Amino acid sequence: MSDVLAISEHRQGELRDASYEVVTAGRELADETGGDLHLGVIGGDVDTYADELNLEGVDAIHTVDEGDEFNHDVYTQTTEQLFDATGASYLLVPHTVNGMDYAPAVAGKTDVPVVTDAIGIAHNGALEITREMYSSKVETTVDVDSDEAIVTTRPAEWEATETDGDASVEAFDVEIDQDAVGSTVTGFEEAAGGDVDLGESEFIVSIGRGIDEEDNLDLIEELADTVGADLGSSRPLVDNGWLPKNRQVGQSGKVVTPDVYIAIGISGAVQHVAGMKGADTIIAINTDPSAPIYDIADYGVVGDLFEVVPQLIEEFGGTPP
Amino acid sequence: MKILVTVKEVAEPEDDFEISGLEIDEKFLEYDLNEWDDYAVEEAVQLKEENDEVEEVIAVTIGPERSEETIRMALAKGADRAVRVWDDAFEAGEVLDPNAKADIFAAVAEEEDPDIVFTGVQADDDSIGGTGVALADDLGFQWAAVVNSFEYDLDEGVANVHRELEGGVEEVTEVDAPAVFTIQTGINEPRYASLRGIRQAQSKEIAPKTLDDLGLDASAVETPIGINDMYEPETESDAEYIEGSPEEMAQGVAEVLKNKGVAE
Ligand SMILES: Cc1cc2nc3c(=O)[nH]c(=O)nc-3n(C[C@H](O)[C@H](O)[C@H](O)COP(=O)(O)OP(=O)(O)OC[C@H]3O[C@@H](n4cnc5c(N)ncnc54)[C@H](O)[C@@H]3O)c2cc1C
Ligand SMILES: Nc1ncnc2c1ncn2[C@@H]1O[C@H](COP(=O)(O)O)[C@@H](O)[C@H]1O
Repeated sequence: MSDVLAISEHRQGELRDASYEVVTAGRELADETGGDLHLGVIGGDVDTYADELNLEGVDAIHTVDEGDEFNHDVYTQTTEQLFDATGASYLLVPHTVNGMDYAPAVAGKTDVPVVTDAIGIAHNGALEITREMYSSKVETTVDVDSDEAIVTTRPAEWEATETDGDASVEAFDVEIDQDAVGSTVTGFEEAAGGDVDLGESEFIVSIGRGIDEEDNLDLIEELADTVGADLGSSRPLVDNGWLPKNRQVGQSGKVVTPDVYIAIGISGAVQHVAGMKGADTIIAINTDPSAPIYDIADYGVVGDLFEVVPQLIEEFGGTPP
Repeated sequence: MKILVTVKEVAEPEDDFEISGLEIDEKFLEYDLNEWDDYAVEEAVQLKEENDEVEEVIAVTIGPERSEETIRMALAKGADRAVRVWDDAFEAGEVLDPNAKADIFAAVAEEEDPDIVFTGVQADDDSIGGTGVALADDLGFQWAAVVNSFEYDLDEGVANVHRELEGGVEEVTEVDAPAVFTIQTGINEPRYASLRGIRQAQSKEIAPKTLDDLGLDASAVETPIGINDMYEPETESDAEYIEGSPEEMAQGVAEVLKNKGVAE
C-alpha cells in the first residue's frame, strides 16, 4: 500500500501535455502498489488547473498557490513538503526541462534515490524502472532497492489521461523559505523566427549529423530544391552554426506535421522524434540498420546517403553537385 | 575567482556491438569527450578570457586512468588544470546515482572553492541529466538547468541566463552566484585544440584523487540503484524496407514521393 505523488507542469497559462501523461504513469504505478495517487499543482491559476486535472485515477489534488510561473526553488521546497505530508513512497516528475531543473534537488534534500528519464515503471515488491542508455542504443532495467524513490518520466511515453475524475481538491499550505529563493524568472523569449516556418510545411527533407561536413550540405540543398521540399535538420547542425535555428526540428525546435518527412543521416533521438513523429509518412535513410529512427519510419532505406541522395536527385531530373 | 567544470569521458558503441552481462562489451566502445561538456569547457574558458578576475578554470572528472586522454582535450582547449577522482570502490561499476556523484564533485568543489560551476546538461552514455542540479543542492549553491545563453556580472555576482525550454521558448532568469549551470549544446562554438594548446596540455597537472583523499569513504558511492538487465531494444519498426542498389533505393523512394503526391 504505497502511495504515489505526481507533480504537474504548466507554462504561460497552460497545462503542459506532460501533466496528463504523468497522471497515467502515476495511476499505473499506484495500481501496482495498491495505493492512492496524489497530484501536486504548483503555481499559476491553480484552481483552473486542478479542475482540468481532475482526471480518472487521481485520488487527491493538492494545490499550492505560489507564483505565476515555474520557479525551481518554489517547486523544490513545495514538492519536498508535499512528499512528506502525503506520506507517498514514490514521487513522479515529468522529465522535461523544468523537471530536470528541480527533481534532482528534491532528491538531494530528501536523500531519496532518483532515477531519471524512465520509459517504463514496474513494481513487484520493489521498484523496477526501464530506461535507455547510449543514445537509445540499449535499454536497461534498473532496480531501486529503497522504500522511497523519485522517478522522472519521459514525455510522450505514456498516453495522456483525459477522462474526468472525482478527486478531492485541497489547498496545501507550504512554507516557502524566501531566503533560499536565489533565482528570478524575468520573462520568456521566442527563439528564432525567420524566412521559413517548417510548422507549415507539407514536405520536408531533413538532414542530420550523417552529413559529416558543412560543405556536404550542398547535396541536401540540391535534393530539397529538386523535389520541392523545405529543408529541415536535427540539432547538431544548428548547434554547429551550419543552418539557422528555424530549420531545427525537435523538442527545442519546431514541431512539424508534413505529409512526407525524409530523415537523412538522423539517428532518431527522442528529442528529435518529439518534433516530427506527427508527419504522415516518414522515410528514413541511414547506414545503421538499428538506428531508432526506423521505429517510427514508414519506409526504411538502409544505405549511405552519399550514394542514395545523388541518385534520388537524378530521379527527379536534377544534377547532383 | 575560480571556475570548476565537470568533464566526462563517455563511451560510444559502434553500430554493431554486443552486450556481455550488464555492459556493452569493451571492444565495441570508443571514448570521447561528452558533447555537452565540450560546450561547458568553452563557456568556462571564454569567461576566463573575458575577465581578469578569473584566476583558474579547473576541470574535474570521475573516471579511470584511461580518461586522462580525454581530460587532456579539456586542458588543450584552455582549462588550467584537472582533478581526476577514481577509487577501487568504483570498479564494481559506474556510479549511477546523480546524488552519489554530486557528493564526490561537492568534495572537490569544497577544496577548490569555485564561484561558478559548469556541467553538461547530460552525459551521452548514461543520459541521466541530473548531476549538475544535484551538485548545486549538495553545495547549497544556486543553479540553472539547460542553459543556452550565459552572461555573468562579476561585480554583482549575478548571472543572466536563458534556459532552453521545449518548443522554441526560452526562460530568462537571473541567478545569484555561487551557482551551477548545466550547459546546453549550441551555447557557443567550442574551439578546436590548437597544436600549441595540445603541447601545453602535456605539462598541465591532472591530480589523481581517491575517495579517501577527499575525506569520503566507500559509503559515498553506495546506492540503492542498480542495473539488473541490459539489452538491445526490440525494434518497434513496421517500416517497409526499400532494398537494392543505391539506384534501386532511390527509385523506391521516388515512387513513394510520387504516390504521396509531394513530388513529380
Ligand atoms: C534538452 C535537449 C533538447 C534537445 N533538442 C533537440 C531538438 O530539438 N532537435 C534535435 O534534433 N535534437 C535535440 N536534442 C539532441 C538529441 O538528443 C540528439 O543529440 C540529436 O538529435 C542527434 O542528431 P543526429 O541524429 O543528427 O545525430 P546522431 O545521433 O549523431 O546520428 C547521426 C546518424 O547518421 C547516420 N549516418 C552516418 N553517416 C551516414 C551516411 N553516410 N549515410 C546515412 N546515414 C549516416 C548514423 O548512423 C546516425 O544514425 C536535444 C537534446 C537535449 C538534451
Ligand atoms: N563521471 C563523470 N565525470 C565527470 N563529469 C561527469 C561525470 N558524470 C556526470 N558528469 C557531469 O554531469 C553532466 C550531466 O551528466 P548526467 O547527469 O550523468 O547525465 C555531464 O555533462 C558532466 O558534465
